[in-house]
Amino acid sequence: MKARVHVMLKDGVLDPQGEAVKHALHGMGFDGVDGVRQGKVIELDLEDGTGEDAVREMCEKLLANTVIESYSIEMA
Amino acid sequence: MKAAVIVFPGSNCDRDLAEGFRKAGLDVQMVWHKDTALPSGIDIVGIPGGFSFGDYLRCGAIAANSPICNEVKTHAERGGYAFGVCNGFQVLTETKILPGALLRNAGLKYICRTVGLNVAESQSVFTRGYEAGETIRIPIAHHDGNYTADAATLDQLEAEDRVAFRYTDNPNGSDRDIAGILSSNRRVLGMMPHPERACDPAQGNEDGARLFAHLTAALAEA
Repeated sequence: MKARVHVMLKDGVLDPQGEAVKHALHGMGFDGVDGVRQGKVIELDLEDGTGEDAVREMCEKLLANTVIESYSIEMA
Repeated sequence: MKAAVIVFPGSNCDRDLAEGFRKAGLDVQMVWHKDTALPSGIDIVGIPGGFSFGDYLRCGAIAANSPICNEVKTHAERGGYAFGVCNGFQVLTETKILPGALLRNAGLKYICRTVGLNVAESQSVFTRGYEAGETIRIPIAHHDGNYTADAATLDQLEAEDRVAFRYTDNPNGSDRDIAGILSSNRRVLGMMPHPERACDPAQGNEDGARLFAHLTAALAEA
């Protein structure tokens, strides 16, 4: 079982790295980009019996800082 | 008076912080992150600057979940004193001992220089050696010092007079120029600037020495 956790800065939290990537894209001529947000993907290999609830607890306790970040979990 | 300084893999200001405490007359014991208890009879816990665990995941996130940090949390919840500098401030926010978070600097660059700080309050054991409104000069050295919190939290910090220091010329994009904040009981201070790097004539700046000297005196009275 695998889980894929996406962690993004919350809407409204300034993402200076995303802004820098946007500026670089504009500099390269990709004018069609209105905004860039940069996040992380964390892949977990899970033992049998470790389910989404456990992954959610991992997100709350370590993988995301919910003061500034939101997360979503994909189980596969 | 005794201080414990926590050492994580990647801490690099631990000895500077210990020296700041020692010069002010505190006995210092270094405590490894895997330890499961703080030394008995300590008066304050220092969480030093550096790059604990390589800043992997988020600055301070892995350190905040190390065994010793459970003890630091318990110590703070019991009303114990704690002082986090730079990465130590990041650890204090990651443990939720202090509110908010430290984001990447708005200009994306690592900044290492001396900056002006306005002493925003002088009612804590950490700041009572300064006059409120006084400007001091303290070095910063960080890549992720951009303090952020939601508006309600920022309003609360200001209403409760818990902003200890503000940048006179905001170098990193911090909300409301915040450089350091206090816990609600005013016994925990987290700040990005490094007062332990401004404690000795050899460092070219002694504006930080008053913080340690008055802290020690206050702990002796407490």
